[in-house]
Amino acid sequence: MSSNDSIRKTLIVAFSLCIVCSVIVSAAVVMLQPVQEVNKTLDRKRNILAAAGLLVEGQSIDEQFTHVKTRVVDLTTGKFADDAVNIERYNQRKAAKDPGKSEALSPEQDVAKIQRREQYALVYIVQNPAGEIEKIILPIRGYGLWSTLHGFIALESDANTVAGLGFYEHGETPGLGGEVDNPRWKASWPGKLVYRDGDVHIGLIKGAVDPAAEEARWEIDGLAGATLTSKGVTNLVHFWLGEDGFEPFLNNLRAGEA
Amino acid sequence: MTAIKETLTGPIFKNNPIALQILGICSALAVTSSLKVTLVMCIALTLVTAFSSMSISSIRRHIPGSIRIIVQMVIIASLVIVVDQFLKAYAFTISKQLSVFVGLIITNCIVMGRAEAFAMKNPPLASFVDGIGNGLGYSVVLIAVAVVRELFGSGKLMGFEVLPLVTEGGWYIPNGMLLLPPSAFFLIGGFIWVLRSVRTEQVEEPEFKLARHTPVGEGV
Repeated sequence: MSSNDSIRKTLIVAFSLCIVCSVIVSAAVVMLQPVQEVNKTLDRKRNILAAAGLLVEGQSIDEQFTHVKTRVVDLTTGKFADDAVNIERYNQRKAAKDPGKSEALSPEQDVAKIQRREQYALVYIVQNPAGEIEKIILPIRGYGLWSTLHGFIALESDANTVAGLGFYEHGETPGLGGEVDNPRWKASWPGKLVYRDGDVHIGLIKGAVDPAAEEARWEIDGLAGATLTSKGVTNLVHFWLGEDGFEPFLNNLRAGEA
Repeated sequence: MTAIKETLTGPIFKNNPIALQILGICSALAVTSSLKVTLVMCIALTLVTAFSSMSISSIRRHIPGSIRIIVQMVIIASLVIVVDQFLKAYAFTISKQLSVFVGLIITNCIVMGRAEAFAMKNPPLASFVDGIGNGLGYSVVLIAVAVVRELFGSGKLMGFEVLPLVTEGGWYIPNGMLLLPPSAFFLIGGFIWVLRSVRTEQVEEPEFKLARHTPVGEGV
Protein backbone atom coordinates (compact mmCIF):
# COMPACT_ATOMS: atom_id res chain seq x y z
CA MET A 1 0.00 0.00 0.00
CA SER A 2 2.96 2.33 0.50
CA SER A 3 2.99 3.09 -3.24
CA ASN A 4 -0.36 4.83 -2.68
CA ASP A 5 1.38 7.60 -0.82
CA SER A 6 3.92 8.41 -3.51
CA ILE A 7 3.63 11.91 -4.97
CA ARG A 8 3.02 10.43 -8.40
CA LYS A 9 0.07 8.33 -7.25
CA THR A 10 -1.35 11.17 -5.16
CA LEU A 11 -1.33 13.51 -8.14
CA ILE A 12 -2.85 10.91 -10.45
CA VAL A 13 -5.68 10.11 -8.03
CA ALA A 14 -6.40 13.78 -7.31
CA PHE A 15 -6.38 14.70 -10.98
CA SER A 16 -8.51 11.84 -12.25
CA LEU A 17 -11.01 12.22 -9.42
CA CYS A 18 -11.43 15.90 -10.25
CA ILE A 19 -12.02 15.09 -13.91
CA VAL A 20 -14.62 12.41 -13.16
CA CYS A 21 -16.47 14.54 -10.60
CA SER A 22 -16.51 17.65 -12.75
CA VAL A 23 -17.88 15.70 -15.70
CA ILE A 24 -20.69 14.29 -13.54
CA VAL A 25 -21.54 17.68 -12.02
CA SER A 26 -21.51 19.59 -15.29
CA ALA A 27 -23.53 16.89 -17.05
CA ALA A 28 -26.21 17.11 -14.35
CA VAL A 29 -26.29 20.91 -14.50
CA VAL A 30 -26.45 21.10 -18.27
CA MET A 31 -29.07 18.39 -18.65
CA LEU A 32 -31.38 19.71 -15.96
CA GLN A 33 -31.12 23.39 -16.81
CA PRO A 34 -34.09 23.56 -19.23
CA VAL A 35 -36.42 21.98 -16.65
CA GLN A 36 -35.16 24.36 -13.98
CA GLU A 37 -35.76 27.41 -16.17
CA VAL A 38 -39.35 26.31 -16.79
CA ASN A 39 -39.81 25.86 -13.05
CA LYS A 40 -38.48 29.31 -12.28
CA THR A 41 -40.81 31.00 -14.75
CA LEU A 42 -43.78 29.00 -13.53
CA ASP A 43 -42.95 29.89 -9.94
CA ARG A 44 -42.80 33.60 -10.76
CA LYS A 45 -46.12 33.50 -12.60
CA ARG A 46 -47.64 31.54 -9.76
CA ASN A 47 -46.49 34.12 -7.21
CA ILE A 48 -47.96 36.94 -9.25
CA LEU A 49 -51.32 35.23 -9.63
CA ALA A 50 -51.43 34.10 -6.01
CA ALA A 51 -50.55 37.54 -4.67
CA ALA A 52 -53.26 39.09 -6.75
CA GLY A 53 -55.74 36.53 -5.51
CA LEU A 54 -56.32 35.27 -9.04
CA LEU A 55 -54.79 31.84 -8.67
CA VAL A 56 -57.17 28.94 -9.26
CA GLU A 57 -55.70 25.70 -7.91
CA GLY A 58 -55.68 22.79 -10.32
CA GLN A 59 -55.64 24.90 -13.46
CA SER A 60 -52.61 25.30 -15.64
CA ILE A 61 -50.68 28.37 -14.55
CA ASP A 62 -49.59 29.19 -18.08
CA GLU A 63 -53.22 29.16 -19.16
CA GLN A 64 -54.24 31.44 -16.32
CA PHE A 65 -51.38 33.76 -17.14
CA THR A 66 -52.52 34.30 -20.73
CA HIS A 67 -54.78 37.14 -19.55
CA VAL A 68 -51.86 38.82 -17.85
CA LYS A 69 -49.66 41.17 -19.80
CA THR A 70 -46.21 42.09 -18.50
CA ARG A 71 -45.30 45.76 -19.00
CA VAL A 72 -42.35 47.90 -17.99
CA VAL A 73 -42.94 51.13 -16.07
CA ASP A 74 -40.43 53.94 -15.69
CA LEU A 75 -40.95 54.81 -12.04
CA THR A 76 -39.61 58.34 -12.42
CA THR A 77 -41.90 59.44 -15.23
CA GLY A 78 -44.69 57.03 -14.40
CA LYS A 79 -45.08 55.97 -18.03
CA PHE A 80 -44.80 52.66 -19.78
CA ALA A 81 -41.31 52.05 -21.13
CA ASP A 82 -41.57 48.61 -22.69
CA ASP A 83 -38.49 49.08 -24.85
CA ALA A 84 -36.23 50.17 -22.01
CA VAL A 85 -35.46 46.67 -20.80
CA ASN A 86 -35.78 43.14 -22.06
CA ILE A 87 -38.87 41.85 -20.23
CA GLU A 88 -37.80 38.21 -20.46
CA ARG A 89 -34.38 38.88 -19.03
CA TYR A 90 -34.94 41.83 -16.69
CA ASN A 91 -34.21 40.98 -13.06
CA GLN A 92 -35.83 43.68 -10.99
CA ARG A 93 -34.30 42.55 -7.74
CA LYS A 94 -30.82 42.69 -9.21
CA ALA A 95 -31.50 46.05 -10.81
CA ALA A 96 -32.51 47.47 -7.44
CA LYS A 97 -29.00 46.80 -6.16
CA ASP A 98 -27.17 47.99 -9.27
CA PRO A 99 -26.12 51.66 -8.91
CA GLY A 100 -26.44 52.08 -12.68
CA LYS A 101 -30.04 50.96 -12.74
CA SER A 102 -31.33 52.35 -9.48
CA GLU A 103 -31.15 55.44 -7.34
CA ALA A 104 -30.43 55.81 -3.65
CA LEU A 105 -33.32 56.98 -1.50
CA SER A 106 -32.97 59.66 1.14
CA PRO A 107 -34.00 58.62 4.67
CA GLU A 108 -37.19 60.71 4.37
CA GLN A 109 -38.19 59.00 1.15
CA ASP A 110 -37.19 55.55 2.28
CA VAL A 111 -40.11 54.66 4.54
CA ALA A 112 -39.99 51.03 3.39
CA LYS A 113 -36.25 50.79 4.29
CA ILE A 114 -35.19 49.43 0.93
CA GLN A 115 -32.27 51.88 0.43
CA ARG A 116 -32.34 51.88 -3.38
CA ARG A 117 -35.17 52.00 -5.86
CA GLU A 118 -34.82 50.66 -9.39
CA GLN A 119 -35.57 52.87 -12.36
CA TYR A 120 -37.75 50.35 -14.16
CA ALA A 121 -40.35 48.09 -12.62
CA LEU A 122 -42.26 45.23 -14.18
CA VAL A 123 -46.00 45.49 -13.70
CA TYR A 124 -48.62 42.97 -14.68
CA ILE A 125 -51.86 44.03 -16.27
CA VAL A 126 -54.84 41.70 -16.28
CA GLN A 127 -56.97 42.39 -19.32
CA ASN A 128 -60.41 41.21 -20.28
CA PRO A 129 -60.95 39.81 -23.79
CA ALA A 130 -61.87 43.29 -25.04
CA GLY A 131 -58.43 44.56 -24.05
CA GLU A 132 -59.61 46.73 -21.17
CA ILE A 133 -57.65 46.79 -17.96
CA GLU A 134 -59.25 44.73 -15.21
CA LYS A 135 -56.53 44.58 -12.61
CA ILE A 136 -53.08 46.04 -12.09
CA ILE A 137 -50.51 43.94 -10.24
CA LEU A 138 -47.56 45.83 -8.78
CA PRO A 139 -44.43 44.44 -7.13
CA ILE A 140 -43.86 45.68 -3.57
CA ARG A 141 -41.16 45.12 -1.01
CA GLY A 142 -39.99 46.53 2.29
CA TYR A 143 -38.51 45.75 5.65
CA GLY A 144 -40.59 44.20 8.42
CA LEU A 145 -39.05 43.08 11.69
CA TRP A 146 -36.31 40.69 10.57
CA SER A 147 -36.43 40.60 6.84
CA THR A 148 -37.40 42.22 3.59
CA LEU A 149 -40.89 41.15 2.58
CA HIS A 150 -41.31 40.62 -1.17
CA GLY A 151 -44.78 40.52 -2.63
CA PHE A 152 -47.38 41.91 -4.98
CA ILE A 153 -50.40 44.12 -4.56
CA ALA A 154 -53.24 44.01 -7.05
CA LEU A 155 -55.50 47.00 -7.70
CA GLU A 156 -58.83 47.15 -9.49
CA SER A 157 -59.10 49.11 -12.73
CA ASP A 158 -59.91 52.34 -10.80
CA ALA A 159 -56.30 52.19 -9.49
CA ASN A 160 -57.62 52.84 -6.01
CA THR A 161 -59.44 49.73 -4.80
CA VAL A 162 -57.28 46.85 -3.59
CA ALA A 163 -57.92 43.52 -5.32
CA GLY A 164 -55.44 41.49 -3.35
CA LEU A 165 -52.10 41.42 -1.58
CA GLY A 166 -49.62 38.70 -0.85
CA PHE A 167 -45.99 38.06 -0.04
CA TYR A 168 -44.02 35.28 -1.66
CA GLU A 169 -40.85 35.67 0.34
CA HIS A 170 -40.20 36.86 3.87
CA GLY A 171 -38.43 35.78 7.05
CA GLU A 172 -40.79 37.09 9.71
CA THR A 173 -41.45 35.18 12.95
CA PRO A 174 -43.61 32.11 12.29
CA GLY A 175 -46.99 32.46 13.99
CA LEU A 176 -46.64 36.22 14.59
CA GLY A 177 -45.30 38.34 11.72
CA GLY A 178 -45.42 35.22 9.58
CA GLU A 179 -49.20 35.56 9.70
CA VAL A 180 -48.90 37.85 6.66
CA ASP A 181 -49.39 34.54 4.85
CA ASN A 182 -52.65 33.81 6.67
CA PRO A 183 -55.39 33.50 4.04
CA ARG A 184 -57.98 35.01 6.38
CA TRP A 185 -55.87 38.11 6.93
CA LYS A 186 -55.11 38.42 3.23
CA ALA A 187 -58.82 38.13 2.51
CA SER A 188 -59.39 41.36 4.47
CA TRP A 189 -57.51 43.39 1.83
CA PRO A 190 -59.74 43.19 -1.26
CA GLY A 191 -62.21 46.05 -1.43
CA LYS A 192 -60.18 48.45 0.73
CA LEU A 193 -59.30 51.86 -0.69
CA VAL A 194 -55.75 53.13 -1.10
CA TYR A 195 -55.99 56.91 -1.62
CA ARG A 196 -57.89 59.53 0.30
CA ASP A 197 -57.78 63.07 -1.13
CA GLY A 198 -54.77 62.10 -3.21
CA ASP A 199 -52.68 60.70 -0.36
CA VAL A 200 -51.99 57.06 0.44
CA HIS A 201 -54.20 56.43 3.43
CA ILE A 202 -54.47 52.67 3.59
CA GLY A 203 -52.78 51.03 6.57
CA LEU A 204 -52.81 48.44 9.30
CA ILE A 205 -54.21 49.52 12.65
CA LYS A 206 -53.68 48.11 16.11
CA GLY A 207 -56.35 45.52 16.85
CA ALA A 208 -59.40 44.83 14.75
CA VAL A 209 -61.13 47.23 12.38
CA ASP A 210 -64.54 48.52 13.45
CA PRO A 211 -66.61 47.84 10.33
CA ALA A 212 -69.11 50.58 11.20
CA ALA A 213 -66.51 53.36 11.29
CA GLU A 214 -66.06 55.73 8.37
CA GLU A 215 -62.31 55.02 8.42
CA ALA A 216 -62.82 51.27 7.98
CA ARG A 217 -62.61 51.56 4.20
CA TRP A 218 -58.89 52.35 4.50
CA GLU A 219 -58.08 50.17 7.48
CA ILE A 220 -56.84 46.61 7.82
CA ASP A 221 -56.55 44.54 11.01
CA GLY A 222 -53.07 44.64 12.50
CA LEU A 223 -51.25 41.36 13.00
CA ALA A 224 -51.58 40.24 16.62
CA GLY A 225 -48.22 40.22 18.40
CA ALA A 226 -46.40 41.61 15.39
CA THR A 227 -46.39 45.40 15.72
CA LEU A 228 -43.18 45.88 13.74
CA THR A 229 -44.20 43.61 10.88
CA SER A 230 -47.57 45.41 10.75
CA LYS A 231 -45.79 48.78 10.61
CA GLY A 232 -43.46 47.41 7.95
CA VAL A 233 -46.38 46.32 5.78
CA THR A 234 -48.06 49.72 6.15
CA ASN A 235 -44.78 51.47 5.31
CA LEU A 236 -44.04 49.41 2.25
CA VAL A 237 -47.55 49.86 0.87
CA HIS A 238 -47.22 53.61 1.50
CA PHE A 239 -43.88 53.73 -0.27
CA TRP A 240 -44.82 51.73 -3.34
CA LEU A 241 -48.18 53.39 -3.84
CA GLY A 242 -46.74 56.78 -2.93
CA GLU A 243 -45.01 59.43 -5.04
CA ASP A 244 -41.66 57.63 -5.11
CA GLY A 245 -43.37 54.41 -6.07
CA PHE A 246 -46.21 53.83 -8.49
CA GLU A 247 -48.38 56.89 -7.76
CA PRO A 248 -47.24 58.83 -10.85
CA PHE A 249 -47.88 55.76 -12.97
CA LEU A 250 -51.31 55.15 -11.47
CA ASN A 251 -52.23 58.83 -11.95
CA ASN A 252 -51.17 58.63 -15.60
CA LEU A 253 -53.09 55.41 -15.99
CA ARG A 254 -56.28 56.96 -14.60
CA ALA A 255 -55.85 59.93 -16.91
CA GLY A 256 -55.26 57.54 -19.79
CA GLU A 257 -51.77 58.94 -20.41
CA ALA A 258 -49.55 56.08 -19.36
CA MET B 1 -26.61 -11.90 4.65
CA THR B 2 -27.23 -11.34 8.35
CA ALA B 3 -24.23 -9.03 8.43
CA ILE B 4 -25.78 -6.93 5.66
CA LYS B 5 -29.10 -6.85 7.48
CA GLU B 6 -27.36 -5.79 10.65
CA THR B 7 -25.54 -3.02 8.77
CA LEU B 8 -28.88 -1.81 7.45
CA THR B 9 -31.02 -1.93 10.59
CA GLY B 10 -28.33 -1.33 13.20
CA PRO B 11 -28.14 2.44 12.74
CA ILE B 12 -31.90 2.90 13.05
CA PHE B 13 -32.22 2.44 16.80
CA LYS B 14 -29.22 0.55 18.10
CA ASN B 15 -26.53 2.86 16.76
CA ASN B 16 -28.54 5.87 15.66
CA PRO B 17 -26.32 8.57 14.12
CA ILE B 18 -28.23 11.43 15.73
CA ALA B 19 -29.29 9.89 19.04
CA LEU B 20 -26.18 7.90 19.91
CA GLN B 21 -23.39 9.46 17.88
CA ILE B 22 -24.92 12.98 18.10
CA LEU B 23 -24.03 13.74 14.47
CA GLY B 24 -25.92 15.85 11.97
CA ILE B 25 -27.82 17.92 14.50
CA CYS B 26 -27.70 21.25 12.64
CA SER B 27 -29.86 20.22 9.71
CA ALA B 28 -32.16 18.40 12.12
CA LEU B 29 -32.91 21.77 13.72
CA ALA B 30 -33.30 23.69 10.52
CA VAL B 31 -35.51 21.65 8.23
CA THR B 32 -37.95 19.96 10.58
CA SER B 33 -40.67 22.58 10.88
CA SER B 34 -42.66 20.92 8.12
CA LEU B 35 -42.94 17.21 7.40
CA LYS B 36 -42.91 17.43 3.61
CA VAL B 37 -39.63 19.33 3.53
CA THR B 38 -38.19 16.95 6.11
CA LEU B 39 -39.02 13.90 3.99
CA VAL B 40 -37.26 15.37 0.98
CA MET B 41 -34.24 16.23 3.11
CA CYS B 42 -34.16 12.67 4.49
CA ILE B 43 -34.29 11.14 1.01
CA ALA B 44 -31.56 13.50 -0.20
CA LEU B 45 -29.29 12.74 2.73
CA THR B 46 -29.86 8.97 2.52
CA LEU B 47 -29.02 8.92 -1.18
CA VAL B 48 -25.92 11.06 -0.72
CA THR B 49 -24.66 8.95 2.18
CA ALA B 50 -25.29 5.67 0.35
CA PHE B 51 -23.74 6.66 -2.96
CA SER B 52 -20.81 8.54 -1.48
CA SER B 53 -20.00 5.58 0.78
CA MET B 54 -20.23 3.25 -2.20
CA SER B 55 -17.99 5.36 -4.43
CA ILE B 56 -15.43 5.97 -1.72
CA SER B 57 -15.40 2.30 -0.82
CA SER B 58 -14.88 1.23 -4.43
CA ILE B 59 -11.72 3.33 -4.74
CA ARG B 60 -10.60 2.92 -1.13
CA ARG B 61 -7.51 0.89 -2.06
CA HIS B 62 -6.25 3.72 -4.26
CA ILE B 63 -6.87 6.71 -2.03
CA PRO B 64 -3.56 8.13 -0.77
CA GLY B 65 -3.68 8.65 2.97
CA SER B 66 -2.41 12.20 2.73
CA ILE B 67 -5.36 13.48 0.69
CA ARG B 68 -8.00 11.03 1.88
CA ILE B 69 -10.33 13.58 3.50
CA ILE B 70 -10.17 15.84 0.45
CA VAL B 71 -10.98 12.91 -1.84
CA GLN B 72 -14.00 12.08 0.31
CA MET B 73 -15.15 15.70 0.31
CA VAL B 74 -14.86 16.00 -3.47
CA ILE B 75 -17.03 12.92 -3.97
CA ILE B 76 -19.59 14.01 -1.39
CA ALA B 77 -19.72 17.57 -2.71
CA SER B 78 -20.24 16.38 -6.30
CA LEU B 79 -23.11 14.14 -5.24
CA VAL B 80 -24.71 16.93 -3.23
CA ILE B 81 -24.59 19.29 -6.21
CA VAL B 82 -26.20 16.64 -8.38
CA VAL B 83 -28.96 16.08 -5.81
CA ASP B 84 -29.47 19.84 -5.49
CA GLN B 85 -29.81 20.20 -9.25
CA PHE B 86 -32.35 17.36 -9.36
CA LEU B 87 -34.41 18.96 -6.61
CA LYS B 88 -34.37 22.31 -8.40
CA ALA B 89 -35.62 20.57 -11.53
CA TYR B 90 -38.24 18.25 -10.08
CA ALA B 91 -39.23 19.59 -6.64
CA PHE B 92 -38.82 23.32 -7.10
CA THR B 93 -40.98 24.62 -4.23
CA ILE B 94 -39.46 22.23 -1.73
CA SER B 95 -35.94 22.98 -2.92
CA LYS B 96 -36.70 26.66 -2.31
CA GLN B 97 -37.69 25.91 1.28
CA LEU B 98 -34.66 23.69 1.83
CA SER B 99 -32.54 26.39 0.20
CA VAL B 100 -29.06 26.29 1.66
CA PHE B 101 -29.56 23.12 3.68
CA VAL B 102 -29.25 20.81 0.68
CA GLY B 103 -25.84 22.32 0.02
CA LEU B 104 -25.02 21.90 3.69
CA ILE B 105 -25.39 18.10 3.37
CA ILE B 106 -21.73 18.39 2.35
CA THR B 107 -20.85 19.40 5.88
CA ASN B 108 -23.25 16.94 7.50
CA CYS B 109 -21.12 14.94 9.89
CA ILE B 110 -23.04 11.73 9.15
CA VAL B 111 -21.93 11.55 5.52
CA MET B 112 -18.32 12.31 6.29
CA GLY B 113 -18.38 10.13 9.41
CA ARG B 114 -19.63 7.06 7.56
CA ALA B 115 -17.15 7.59 4.73
CA GLU B 116 -14.23 7.75 7.13
CA ALA B 117 -15.39 5.16 9.65
CA PHE B 118 -17.00 2.52 7.44
CA ALA B 119 -16.49 2.99 3.71
CA MET B 120 -12.70 3.23 3.95
CA LYS B 121 -12.53 -0.27 5.42
CA ASN B 122 -15.44 -2.17 3.87
CA PRO B 123 -16.45 -3.35 0.38
CA PRO B 124 -18.78 -1.23 -1.78
CA LEU B 125 -22.02 -3.18 -1.24
CA ALA B 126 -21.70 -3.19 2.54
CA SER B 127 -20.82 0.53 2.45
CA PHE B 128 -23.85 1.28 0.32
CA VAL B 129 -26.11 -0.57 2.75
CA ASP B 130 -24.43 1.17 5.68
CA GLY B 131 -25.14 4.52 4.01
CA ILE B 132 -28.81 3.62 3.54
CA GLY B 133 -29.03 2.40 7.15
CA ASN B 134 -27.52 5.57 8.58
CA GLY B 135 -29.73 7.67 6.31
CA LEU B 136 -32.73 5.79 7.73
CA GLY B 137 -31.50 6.33 11.27
CA TYR B 138 -31.25 10.06 10.56
CA SER B 139 -34.69 9.98 8.92
CA VAL B 140 -36.36 8.29 11.90
CA VAL B 141 -35.31 11.08 14.26
CA LEU B 142 -36.05 13.85 11.77
CA ILE B 143 -39.49 12.52 10.90
CA ALA B 144 -40.37 12.10 14.58
CA VAL B 145 -39.28 15.67 15.30
CA ALA B 146 -41.06 17.02 12.23
CA VAL B 147 -44.35 15.29 13.05
CA VAL B 148 -44.40 16.86 16.52
CA ARG B 149 -43.30 20.28 15.28
CA GLU B 150 -45.70 20.54 12.37
CA LEU B 151 -48.66 18.98 14.19
CA PHE B 152 -48.44 21.09 17.34
CA GLY B 153 -46.74 24.12 15.82
CA SER B 154 -49.09 24.74 12.93
CA GLY B 155 -51.85 22.16 13.39
CA LYS B 156 -51.08 20.44 10.11
CA LEU B 157 -49.41 17.33 8.75
CA MET B 158 -47.95 17.32 5.24
CA GLY B 159 -49.74 20.64 4.80
CA PHE B 160 -53.19 19.17 5.55
CA GLU B 161 -55.11 20.57 8.47
CA VAL B 162 -55.36 18.16 11.41
CA LEU B 163 -55.98 20.47 14.35
CA PRO B 164 -58.11 23.44 13.23
CA LEU B 165 -56.43 26.65 14.41
CA VAL B 166 -58.16 29.37 16.40
CA THR B 167 -57.04 31.94 13.84
CA GLU B 168 -58.88 30.01 11.16
CA GLY B 169 -62.05 29.43 13.14
CA GLY B 170 -61.06 26.20 14.94
CA TRP B 171 -60.18 25.49 18.55
CA TYR B 172 -56.45 24.78 18.60
CA ILE B 173 -54.01 27.43 19.80
CA PRO B 174 -50.69 26.52 18.16
CA ASN B 175 -47.47 26.42 20.11
CA GLY B 176 -45.38 28.97 18.23
CA MET B 177 -42.15 27.89 19.87
CA LEU B 178 -42.30 24.59 18.01
CA LEU B 179 -41.87 26.46 14.72
CA LEU B 180 -38.56 27.93 15.91
CA PRO B 181 -35.32 25.94 15.62
CA PRO B 182 -34.59 25.60 19.38
CA SER B 183 -37.66 23.41 19.87
CA ALA B 184 -35.96 20.68 17.83
CA PHE B 185 -33.24 20.60 20.49
CA PHE B 186 -35.78 19.76 23.19
CA LEU B 187 -37.45 17.17 21.01
CA ILE B 188 -34.19 15.47 20.05
CA GLY B 189 -33.21 15.53 23.73
CA GLY B 190 -36.52 13.87 24.59
CA PHE B 191 -36.01 11.32 21.82
CA ILE B 192 -32.57 10.41 23.17
CA TRP B 193 -33.96 10.14 26.70
CA VAL B 194 -36.73 7.76 25.61
CA LEU B 195 -34.33 5.70 23.50
CA ARG B 196 -31.82 5.36 26.30
CA SER B 197 -34.51 4.47 28.83
CA VAL B 198 -35.56 1.57 26.61
CA ARG B 199 -32.06 0.55 25.55
CA THR B 200 -30.11 1.09 28.72
CA GLU B 201 -26.89 -0.18 27.12
CA GLN B 202 -26.71 3.16 25.28
CA VAL B 203 -26.31 5.13 28.51
CA GLU B 204 -22.76 6.38 28.63
CA GLU B 205 -20.49 5.88 31.62
CA PRO B 206 -20.03 9.24 33.31
CA GLU B 207 -16.60 10.62 32.48
CA PHE B 208 -16.05 11.75 36.06
CA LYS B 209 -17.92 11.82 39.35
CA LEU B 210 -18.56 14.88 41.40
CA ALA B 211 -16.83 14.69 44.75
CA ARG B 212 -19.01 14.74 47.86
CA HIS B 213 -19.58 18.06 49.51
CA THR B 214 -16.93 18.92 52.03
CA PRO B 215 -18.59 18.86 55.46
CA VAL B 216 -19.12 22.29 56.96
CA GLY B 217 -16.10 23.55 58.83
CA GLU B 218 -13.65 21.14 57.31
CA GLY B 219 -12.86 23.07 54.14
CA VAL B 220 -11.71 26.25 55.84
